[in-house]
Amino acid sequence: MTASPSPEYLTVVPEVAGVGPVSAWGLLRLRQQLERGLPLTPRPYQALAELTGLSEQEVMAAIRQWQDQGLIKRFGLVVRHRTLGYTANAMVVWDIPDDQVQNLGRTLARAPFVTLCYQRPRRLPDWPYNLFCMIHGVDRQRVLSQLATLIADQGLEQTPHAVLFSTKAYRQRGGCYVSHD
Amino acid sequence: MSAMTECPETTGEFTEVERTVINRLQTGLPLVHLPYKAVADELGISEQVLLHTLQNLLDRRILTRFGPMFHAGEMGGGLTLAAMRIPEQDFENVTAKVNEFDEVAHNYRREHELNMWFVVATEAPDDIARVIAGIESSTGYPVYNMPKEEEFHVHLHFPV
Repeated sequence: MTASPSPEYLTVVPEVAGVGPVSAWGLLRLRQQLERGLPLTPRPYQALAELTGLSEQEVMAAIRQWQDQGLIKRFGLVVRHRTLGYTANAMVVWDIPDDQVQNLGRTLARAPFVTLCYQRPRRLPDWPYNLFCMIHGVDRQRVLSQLATLIADQGLEQTPHAVLFSTKAYRQRGGCYVSHD
Repeated sequence: MSAMTECPETTGEFTEVERTVINRLQTGLPLVHLPYKAVADELGISEQVLLHTLQNLLDRRILTRFGPMFHAGEMGGGLTLAAMRIPEQDFENVTAKVNEFDEVAHNYRREHELNMWFVVATEAPDDIARVIAGIESSTGYPVYNMPKEEEFHVHLHFPV
């Protein structure tokens, strides 16, 4: 099946840009350029404008809109966190009653050491867990003590859960917001 | 994050400037004509030092890249987390087969009966099912597909 992407990102609201309609081809090229990274030059948005045929103003408006729409999640350093020393990375999974998963998800996401938090489907009978959080840490003991604090604070002593530390990364690639470990 | 067999785990020893730059630029770059200058002024360093530090961190592969991280799922693509249960003696072999799929973005071994966990990212949402079926037929093991149902907002930050 061929790709037929919903091209939400190919429409930049002209009023936002403060200009006329923005070229969809320009926006597509802009997205492709941005996936390679932002130019390390004093006027990076101007450099992107020259590469894409847009104006600097259009480039900045498009980026702002994509951020507002949540299409760009982060804008800055994309760290190879393992090289920063974060090697004790636990996926903590919980079996939460469906009517409580939203509340608990929001609560766990507020813990400063929780780096990702998602609701996902159970795969019964092998996989009963429906809430997933990542805790990235520099050492395993510290991650476990953070988890113990979380359990005590939230009264989760009776909540079934499992802690899956990663032991080896076989592949890390991206450019997209897909980091899981 | 280019494809690799294993991430080098060089625990970073950073200079004070590098530390400051890494911590500050995880939270974003302003949308102004001279964004590097604005951040450099904020950090009390020169724009040239900031740009040089970033280039150096990229060259040393401390950073994957510098720029926006697109939300693949929201850009019209497909994105899911998948797991498999692989017997020890088959693990390396299956890893190689799974990683042959370009759509497999991360693959981690984890301490659980379901011991292989990876992200599948495709250009179109419909392609996820095709890739998962392909992995099942190539490896002979079932894939547990666990797409995101809800994302709870966190502040992803790795201070150094």
